[in-house]
This record gives sequence, C-alpha cells and structure tokens, in this order.
Amino acid sequence: MAKKSTKDRLNNEVNAGSMADIAFLLLIFFLVTTTIVEDKGVLVQLPPWSDDEPDITKLKTRNVFSVLVNANNELLVRGEPKDIGNLRADCKEFITNPQKLPNLAENPKKAIISLKNDRGTKYVAYLEVYNEVKAAYNELRDDLANRRYGKNYEDCTRDEKKLIRTEIPLVISEAEPTNFGEDN
Amino acid sequence: MSKFQKKRGKSSPEVSTASLPDIIFMLLFFFMVVTTMRDTELMIDVKTPDATELTKLEKKSLVNYIYIGKPKLKFQETYGTNPRIQLGDKFASEKDIPLFLQQHKAKIPEVQRGGIKTSLRIDENVKMGVVADVKTALRKSGQLLVNYSAKRRAEK
Repeated sequence: MAKKSTKDRLNNEVNAGSMADIAFLLLIFFLVTTTIVEDKGVLVQLPPWSDDEPDITKLKTRNVFSVLVNANNELLVRGEPKDIGNLRADCKEFITNPQKLPNLAENPKKAIISLKNDRGTKYVAYLEVYNEVKAAYNELRDDLANRRYGKNYEDCTRDEKKLIRTEIPLVISEAEPTNFGEDN
Repeated sequence: MSKFQKKRGKSSPEVSTASLPDIIFMLLFFFMVVTTMRDTELMIDVKTPDATELTKLEKKSLVNYIYIGKPKLKFQETYGTNPRIQLGDKFASEKDIPLFLQQHKAKIPEVQRGGIKTSLRIDENVKMGVVADVKTALRKSGQLLVNYSAKRRAEK
C-alpha cells in the first residue's frame, strides 16, 4: 500500500457524489441551529435612580411639553387630545419656538418633554410616541448640523456632534405610570 | 424491428451534476456568515414594533437580552397567558434582574463595562406595567443604556 506510482494514484478517484450529501448535511445543521438576529432598536438612556422625588417646582410650565398616553392608547398633548401624526411637528415647534410664543420653550436648552403612561398602555403605543419625540430631536439636530457644518448630524465629527448636543439636549423625562387600566 | 427502434439522435443532454456541491457550498457559506448561533430558545412570542429612529447594536458580547411577551402555546398550560419576563433562557421576575445583570457583567472586562447595553425585546401588546417594572429594576442596578428592539418602518 506504500506504492506511490502514478498508476496507483490514477485509480484512487474520490467519489464526488457524496460531497453534495456532506454539504447538504452541514447546510441543514446551520439552518436549524442559527437565526438571523435583528439587532436594531431605539437607543435610550434611562435616568439614574434616586429614591427622592424629582424636584419639579423650579420648572416653568412653558418649558415642559407633556405627553400623556392612557390605557386606550390615546394621546393627551399639553391637555388636548391629539393624533400621533402631528406629534413630531408639534415637538419641533415647541423646542425651537421660531415665533417666540410665550407658551412654548424659552430656548432648546431648557425644553423638556415629559412622557407619562398608564400601566395599561400598550408597549407599541409608548414606543411610537418615544420614536416620534426622538425623531423630532434628530431632525432638529440634522437641521442645525446642515446649517452650521453643511452635513448631517451623523456625519459630523465627535466634537461637532458634542456641540450640537449641548445646544439641543435630548431631555425626555418619564414619570411613573398611573394605574387605571392595567388589569383589563 | 427497424420500425420500432428508439430514436437515438435526439436524446436529451445530461445535466451535469458536478456543480451541485458548489451551489450547496455557496448557500452554506452564506448561512455561516449571516447568521449567529442561537444561544437562547425563546419561550415567549415576541413581535417587536416598528420604529424609524434605529441604531444598530455593535459588539454583541456587550449586550444582554431581556425578553417580555406571552408564553408560546406549548408553555401556556404551565405558565399561563400573562406576559412574562424571560432572562437568558428561563422565565424570571424583575427581582432576578440585578443578579442577571451582575452575571453578564462578570464576563466582561472592567474597561468595557461602561458600554454594556441591555436590549429589551418586548412584544407589541405587552402592557406598560411590566415594562415600567423592568425599567425601574434596570435603573436601580445602574444599567442605564437600554435599547428597545424594533424593526425598521418605512418613512411615510
């Protein structure tokens, strides 16, 4: 069996028919044991925990934009029932206050958006509201980046982004949920 | 005999199957590259909502996953139909979250611990009560970077 002559080598052809079987086997193994993981999502920074109640007495009402969602997933924006379609535009108008109206934010640095749900609100409604608010901030930051640096917020350098973030800080305050409709 | 002879001139050309393994290997490499080993079996149904403001989660090793949803049909007789929290591969309550975070943190070197993110995979129809409890538990443990898992929605 130690012969290494060419005649010996020519006779030893590997049967390629089983290669396909091996490949099928490996393919089925991978199909069964792996998943295509979705890894995108809305990134949020939670406020640090403190046992004391947050001090809200120093805030001026004009600087606070409240969005309440009840257990029927309906929105109450600053005391008025509204549709979620207008939320993004309303937030942007509140933060920038282009016409300097007295009931909107003094300036973007002082603008606070406060969210409150009920324990019975559906998660999808909450996330939609959060998404619209975050989108409002991102669009405003993009506008500022384009006006100042000529490019989108994402394409700016770290320092440019930091500057924009200090001018338009993302301040979303979330209150403890009320408990009117959880056990429906 | 000559009337019934088979026509030989028009036999269909044989398909060469020599390239079949190559096709299969291509599919195999595609799956090997695109997918990740599933490390936890989901015992709950989770359908994440749509959103537009999405950020991609890099560095999977720094991410721990919390799932919230209704148990799958086969588990419903033992665990009921109320939404449950799944940490890792078993059901848990929000009191188990600090330990779960601690266990994950222990596997990460000190320098990278600031970048640990928690990915919340929550089903659309879960009520906010459970989510608020989970968020409070996360805040108490100092885990402030949170990612609400969502699919991309086409901009209107």
